[in-house]
Amino acid sequence: MRVTVIDYKAGNLTSVLKALRHLGAEAEVTDGDLSMVESAERLVLPGVGHFAATERLDATGLTPAIRAAIARGVPFLGICVGMQWLYAGSTEAPNQSGLCHFTDGCTHFAESTEKVPHVGWNSLEVKRGSCLLAGVEPGEYVYFTHSYKAPVTDDTAATTYYIEPFAAAVERGNVMGVQFHPEKSGATGLKILRNFLEWKAEATAC
Amino acid sequence: MLTKRIIACLDVHAGRVVKGVKFIDIIDAGDPATQAARHAREGADEIVLLDITATHEGRQTLLDTVRRTARELFVPFAVGGGIRSADDAAQVFEAGADKVSVNSAALADPMLIDAIGRSFGAQAVVVAIDARRDPNAADPVRDAQVFVQGGRKPAGRRVIEWAREAEDRGAGEILLTSMDSDGMRTGFDCELTAAVSEAVGIPVIASGGAGTVAHFVDVFGRGKADAALAASIFHFGVSSARSLKEELAAAGISVRLPC
Repeated sequence: MRVTVIDYKAGNLTSVLKALRHLGAEAEVTDGDLSMVESAERLVLPGVGHFAATERLDATGLTPAIRAAIARGVPFLGICVGMQWLYAGSTEAPNQSGLCHFTDGCTHFAESTEKVPHVGWNSLEVKRGSCLLAGVEPGEYVYFTHSYKAPVTDDTAATTYYIEPFAAAVERGNVMGVQFHPEKSGATGLKILRNFLEWKAEATAC
Repeated sequence: MLTKRIIACLDVHAGRVVKGVKFIDIIDAGDPATQAARHAREGADEIVLLDITATHEGRQTLLDTVRRTARELFVPFAVGGGIRSADDAAQVFEAGADKVSVNSAALADPMLIDAIGRSFGAQAVVVAIDARRDPNAADPVRDAQVFVQGGRKPAGRRVIEWAREAEDRGAGEILLTSMDSDGMRTGFDCELTAAVSEAVGIPVIASGGAGTVAHFVDVFGRGKADAALAASIFHFGVSSARSLKEELAAAGISVRLPC
C-alpha cells in the first residue's frame, strides 16, 4: 500500500521511511505538495525536536490539507511531535496552535528528581479496543525520547509512566498518534506500524 | 518503568568490526551490518558504531557501512568518529543513523553541538567525553579532566564543566568513557559516572572498564548511569545482551525483557 510521509523539516525521516518500506509499504515524501496530501491513501506525520517546527505545516498550507484528508477518512499516524500536534498545542511553543483534533494541550514533564528528556525503553499499558496496538501485550517496551507529553484522556490508547502517567498512544477512528518511536522500537514497533498500514475503516472494535 | 539501557558498541576500521585491547592486537570481528543485527536480535537496546580511524579517505566507506547497517536495524542507532561539521552529521543521518556522537570536534568548536541540535533535535546529539581523574587535584573525581586523541592529550577542560556546557548547548546525552578504566576490565569508574550524572539533567551512558555482570549492577546503582556501553560484551563470559540483562534483572535492575 501507498503511504505519504509529511516532511516539515522536523528531523530526519530516514528511519521512518526505512521501517515503512521494510513492511512492504510504498512510502513517498511530501514537503508541501498539497496534491500529494489530497490524493494520499495513508498519512504519516513524524517529527522530533521542537513543537515550533509545526509552524511550517501552517505556512505551507499542509494543515488544512491534512484536516481535509482526516475528514475524508484517510488513516493518519502522528509520531512524537507529530502526535503532539494533534492536540490544541504545547507549552513548548505557546504561540503555535496544534490541529485541535484532540482536546487539551501538551506540557513539559513536572519538576522532579528524574531526568528530562525521558530517553529510553519504557513499557506500555494498553487500553482495550485499540486497533493501532492490536496484539501488543501489557508491558511491552517501546523507545521514547521527549520532554513534553500529552495528557491522558478518553482518547488515550496506551499510557506510560515516567514521573507521571502520560499518553503514549492516542486513537480515535482513523486518527492515531504515538509519543514513542515505533520505527526504533524493535519487533513491537514494527507490529504497531503494520497495524497502521493494515487499518481499515470497516473493521469493528479491535 | 523506564529501563536501564545496554548499548552494544562496534568499533569499526575500514568497514570491518575490530576488537582489541587499547587498540593493540586488533582482530577482525566481522561485518558491521551482520554484527549490529545480531546484537539487536540478542537484546541490545541500542547500537553504537564508532569509526575508530575516521580518516578523510574512509568517509565514503563509513557512509556505506552506516547505510548497510541501518537498513535492517529497528533499534536506536548512533554513529561516532570523525564527525567534524553539521554537514558530516547530515550525511550520517541521511545514511540512516538516529544519533551522532561528537567528541574532539565539539571541544574544538562547541557551536557544533548547537548546530546539529538545531537541525536534527537534541535527541540526535550525543557528546562523547574521554575522561581521566586528576590525581593532582584536591578532588580527583570532581576535577577530572577531558582528554583527546585517544586519551593521550589533555583538552584543558574539566569533565563536569564540559558536560554541563554540552547540555546547555543542546546535547541529548553524554557518553562518558573513563580512560583510567578503559580496557582494564576492573569495573566502570562509578564515582566519576555518578558525579557527572548528578551534574547534568540529561542521560549519561557509562563506558570503559566492564569486566563482569557485577560491574554493570554497580554502575547502574552507585554510578547512577542511565545506560552502559558494552564494547566487548562477549569477552567476559556473557553470551549476549539478553543473558547480561537476565542477570541484571535478577539483581534488581530494571531492564527491557523479554527483548
